[in-house]
Amino acid sequence: MSRASLHPLTIGSLLLAGVAAPLLFPAYTNQIAVLWLMIVFASTWDILGGQMGYNSLGNIFFFGAGMYTSAVVQIGLFYDVGMYTSGARTTHIVFTNAQYFTGFTLGVIAAGVVACVLALVTSWIVFGLRGPYFAIGTLGVAVAGAELMASWEWVGAAAGISMPVFPGGPEAQKLFFYFLLFGLAFLVLVFLRWLYSTSFGLAINAIRDDEEKAEAMGLYTRRYKRTAWAISAFFLGIAGAIFGNMTGFIEPRDIAFPTTTFNIFMILMVLLGGKGTFWGPVVGAVIFHVIKEVTWTYFLGWQFVALGLLIVIIVVYFQQGIVGWLMEKYPQRFGIRVAPKEKEVRSHAIGFAPNAEGAE
Amino acid sequence: MTDAIIELTNVTKSFGGVVANHNVSLTVRRGGITGLIGPNGSGKTTLFNSIVGYHPIDSGSIRFEGQEISQLRVQEIARLGLLRTFQATRIYGKMSCLQNMQISIPHRKARFFDMFTYERAGVIERAEQLLSFVGLYEKRYLRAGSLSFGQQKLLEFAMALMNEPAVLLLDEPTAGINPTLINGLIDRLQRANSDFGITMLIIEHNMRVIMNMATKIYCLAHGEMLAAGVPAEIQGNQAVVDAYLGAH
Repeated sequence: MSRASLHPLTIGSLLLAGVAAPLLFPAYTNQIAVLWLMIVFASTWDILGGQMGYNSLGNIFFFGAGMYTSAVVQIGLFYDVGMYTSGARTTHIVFTNAQYFTGFTLGVIAAGVVACVLALVTSWIVFGLRGPYFAIGTLGVAVAGAELMASWEWVGAAAGISMPVFPGGPEAQKLFFYFLLFGLAFLVLVFLRWLYSTSFGLAINAIRDDEEKAEAMGLYTRRYKRTAWAISAFFLGIAGAIFGNMTGFIEPRDIAFPTTTFNIFMILMVLLGGKGTFWGPVVGAVIFHVIKEVTWTYFLGWQFVALGLLIVIIVVYFQQGIVGWLMEKYPQRFGIRVAPKEKEVRSHAIGFAPNAEGAE
Repeated sequence: MTDAIIELTNVTKSFGGVVANHNVSLTVRRGGITGLIGPNGSGKTTLFNSIVGYHPIDSGSIRFEGQEISQLRVQEIARLGLLRTFQATRIYGKMSCLQNMQISIPHRKARFFDMFTYERAGVIERAEQLLSFVGLYEKRYLRAGSLSFGQQKLLEFAMALMNEPAVLLLDEPTAGINPTLINGLIDRLQRANSDFGITMLIIEHNMRVIMNMATKIYCLAHGEMLAAGVPAEIQGNQAVVDAYLGAH
């Protein structure tokens, strides 16, 4: 088992990076805020995709579900949601400071809880599936979520919802959401470090390595799978609630359930950084985000070509990812020990090296 | 019979038109070692899979400690204390040997929040004891997937012991193991039986091994029970010899 908590030095550097970044690069506060969101995406995707070996294509469902839940709570606490989202509405609706922050706080909490519950409900369906079928099944959940929202008039359908306006100025707004996303990413990392150190971490690794064996050993595999799915959903729901308020306007296909952008990004970031490793998703998120921002800024129009190219390169040539590659190259640095290979190397034997010493 | 821990009565299992087990009855005596032999394709592994709940049986009854288990699922049966090992060794390849052992603790009493416990007291100690019992103590921090096949087999055996089963179903424990190691393995199987009190049902092709270990042997052929008896009876049974050598 790995350590139960992050090294104090790591925590210090994370906090320092989180606080210093918007001060050092004030022009990029929003981009860096999205970077923390990307870290949340990648790290929560890795719970299933990396540690448990279940490649989900539907995690974005919880992001969108959280976003819509918080919107409904924030508006519904004070106004009629159907009236608020109605295209025929002509009155201007203003939220007071107290209304905004009460609604926002409750909305974020509700988003986490509702996403969690939705995860438990959908888990009855998706965990009957394995391998590629699981991937497609979860994608179906995400697409269904988008389509459902796009046709539900009460929540604005495809026209979306204009979120309550942040009561402060633009600078305060930027920093407010920046620190929320940073705090969430920080929380996710601390939580996951603890989670992977418990027997939960071992169990989901066991499911990844050989699920049938784990079942034969009497492990409650379904319980672990559902819990893992609900944990990712919880954090993604909260992330969705914060991000929805940050953008100020939400709509189903491109912001709440962006199956072809954020949904693919989270997988790509994990693959780039190294799946099944703690820091892989973080490293992958940082590098990917920088590449993405540069291509989106300087090669606009070609960004999806660059993205496609990146996918092909990673999948074909670099499956183990950056951290995975480092772990393979310097296993002792990561506390991994593999059976010594010196004997085979030293003997320079042709053919196979007999393992005469066997068990003893 | 009160000392029967597993009782199979007229178990029939077919896959489409192929009848893999037909009216098979078998009794595993508590505390003993029971052997199951038969030519390739005679339905031994199918019978194992039926017992541990991998597939539903068509008819018949499977009782464990007097309780009907033929309707239960794999994990439920495992949690009753009826554990199997696999013919093709299965361990958790990317985890260390010690981690493989840690996650193999019995889950019978596990409640929801036990999922999040951290290194329960005594678990590491017991894991290390069992690893030294099978001779893998020195390799406990190594990745299980980097061990040799024979060592993985021993690890799988240690994992099974870690689970504190009442009955262990071993599917060809000596297959693919270096002949010089087989004696050590037999010795450990016997000690697990005598010292830990684990009842065993063993599928085995190596006649020297099974004849020495088992007190009672069942022989399957073409999905039907051909013979049953103590090793000497089986060895002298013409039908068994014919089934193996292919007489007409």
